[in-house]
Amino acid sequence: MKRLQSTEAIIAIVLILVMVLIGLVNPAFWGVGNLFSLAKANVVIGIMALGVLLIMISGGIDVSFPAIAAAALYITVRTMVALDYDGVLLPFIAACVIGVALGAFNAFIIDRFKMIPLIVTLGTASIVRGLVLGLLGTSIVNINKMPDGLIAFGSQNIATATASNGANVGLTGMVLVYVAIAFVIHFILKHTMTGRSVYAYGGDPEAARRAGVNTRRTIFFVYCTAGLLAGFAGLLHSSMIWQANPRDFIGLELDVIAAVVLGGASIFGGRGSVLGTMIGVFTLVMVKNSLILMKVDTTWQRVVVGAIIIIATAITAWRDRKKLA
Amino acid sequence: MTAKAEQKPLLRRLLGEDASIIQLAIITLVIFALMSAMNPDKFLRYYNFESITYVMPELGILSIAMMVAMLTGGIDLSIVGIANLAAITAGVYFRHPAVAEAIAAGGAGVVLHTIMGVLIALTVGLAAGLLNGLLIARLRIIPILATLGTGQVFAGLALVLTGGPAIVGFPQTWGWLGTGKMLGVATPFWVLVFVAVVVAVLLRRTHLGVNLMLIGTNARAAVFAGIRSSRMILYSYALTGVMAAIAGILLSGRTNSAKADFGASYLLQAVLIAVLGGTNPAGGKGKVLGVLLALVALMFLSSGMQMMRASNFLIDAVWGGFLVLVIAINYLRSRK
Repeated sequence: MKRLQSTEAIIAIVLILVMVLIGLVNPAFWGVGNLFSLAKANVVIGIMALGVLLIMISGGIDVSFPAIAAAALYITVRTMVALDYDGVLLPFIAACVIGVALGAFNAFIIDRFKMIPLIVTLGTASIVRGLVLGLLGTSIVNINKMPDGLIAFGSQNIATATASNGANVGLTGMVLVYVAIAFVIHFILKHTMTGRSVYAYGGDPEAARRAGVNTRRTIFFVYCTAGLLAGFAGLLHSSMIWQANPRDFIGLELDVIAAVVLGGASIFGGRGSVLGTMIGVFTLVMVKNSLILMKVDTTWQRVVVGAIIIIATAITAWRDRKKLA
Repeated sequence: MTAKAEQKPLLRRLLGEDASIIQLAIITLVIFALMSAMNPDKFLRYYNFESITYVMPELGILSIAMMVAMLTGGIDLSIVGIANLAAITAGVYFRHPAVAEAIAAGGAGVVLHTIMGVLIALTVGLAAGLLNGLLIARLRIIPILATLGTGQVFAGLALVLTGGPAIVGFPQTWGWLGTGKMLGVATPFWVLVFVAVVVAVLLRRTHLGVNLMLIGTNARAAVFAGIRSSRMILYSYALTGVMAAIAGILLSGRTNSAKADFGASYLLQAVLIAVLGGTNPAGGKGKVLGVLLALVALMFLSSGMQMMRASNFLIDAVWGGFLVLVIAINYLRSRK
């Protein structure tokens, strides 16, 4: 019974209701091809959302991860093209390192100068995007120039099915990568001291400090991990869409934060779970991708997403207020 | 006892604020000197300063709006959405056949309909601001998330109204608001001065201003002091919305068009200028004068860099670096 009342269960029920509703409006929703493409759309946003989840549990907020992801993918791919390098492992490590470094920059400013995360990450986003676009340029690396190794990596499928129109559709193997990362983050949050210190710090920084939590290490851990996941997701995205665009992910921060909030995380910190976030991401991606299936004009997309954010936050605010009383 | 306890930090705050104004003035002067030295024949031309007075007001008004939202510890991420929605609604009004005919006929009708357009835009801004205020003050949604959501909704509605492309064909009188001159000075600049003076007086000399500062300094103490916090917060977001609409009018007047995603980069810049201007994002502190100084400093910086043919992206990066630098300076200064 208690499980049914948990935040995750409530979001999951909402998700299923929405799925049934979309399926009733347009049965094409349940087609294998559509479900596979939905799963694919979850991967990159989901991985970034896990990083944002960590930051939100710690009571912070990050709007720089889309810039970090774009920087990591563009710098890495441009370097690969310049060196005519075709491996996969090394580039992903490089993208992760870029992400960690930029996350560490966020953490350093937030910790050292005691500045609120929103302002700091706004500044970081502006610096990173400005430098990448200003120094490296804005030209898109297209499929004919993209390293073949990356493309081969991104287009691996774990299952294929034949859609109603006869075309073969595949389920991307990157879903497994996403699930694996989710497991790791879940394990860290629930079963390690590091994870507990993130919850403790988000619940009450001062109390955490007095209880012996190393707050500096906690801050560095969450922002560096978020940077790492952003960098990794960036290059993964590039290998899945077969191009490298330095302008990618502009405005994505709003969607991802919305998904995490939808998944039950509290922006005041101390609350949030991996499962909830994954369901939140799925719900948001599904609604966005299914507007056409629901015969809603796409110009309404932003209104719908905005309304979802407002409703989700209103529910969260109501829940948190009840908790306080 | 309580009076004494409140007095002391207030005094310290006033002194601290003056010091940050002086610091800002120095930064502005240094940037001015630097840009003049690097580019004397281009930067110091009258034309350069004149063009700044046309471009600066819309961003300046948005920055003042952001500062007002920050006074209570909030933030308004929907201002650009409000600005565009307000301008587009006015544009839709001008497109109405009856209105378009009256404007084409010329005469007093043009002025009348322009005034109507302005009123419509301001009403949209007020309504949008009230919606933000209600979500934040009554439903207790935290400002970042509430305005994140409404910002999407406003931008989305703007998109629905235009269907994507920009709305064009504003009457000439509307264009005058963005490109005209009054007494030899740019019309938008007069608007900026007007907004700045009104907000400065509102914050320093009225109950609303004092209460907003108190709520931002210590929300709990404000409640105990009998301040009707939620009403004050509602007013402040309504004011922010109206200012955003004014910025939208100027922007559409200057470009003679309105679009759902105009001025998207203004959001970050408005936050940046408000913070640079000494506004405390955690609330309780902020001055119009500081915001104006930061605005002028950044305008000099970008116009100077543009003359050196630096890419706009690099200018963005420098703005961001500037923000981090000032955060560091402010921190080190407050430690002393």
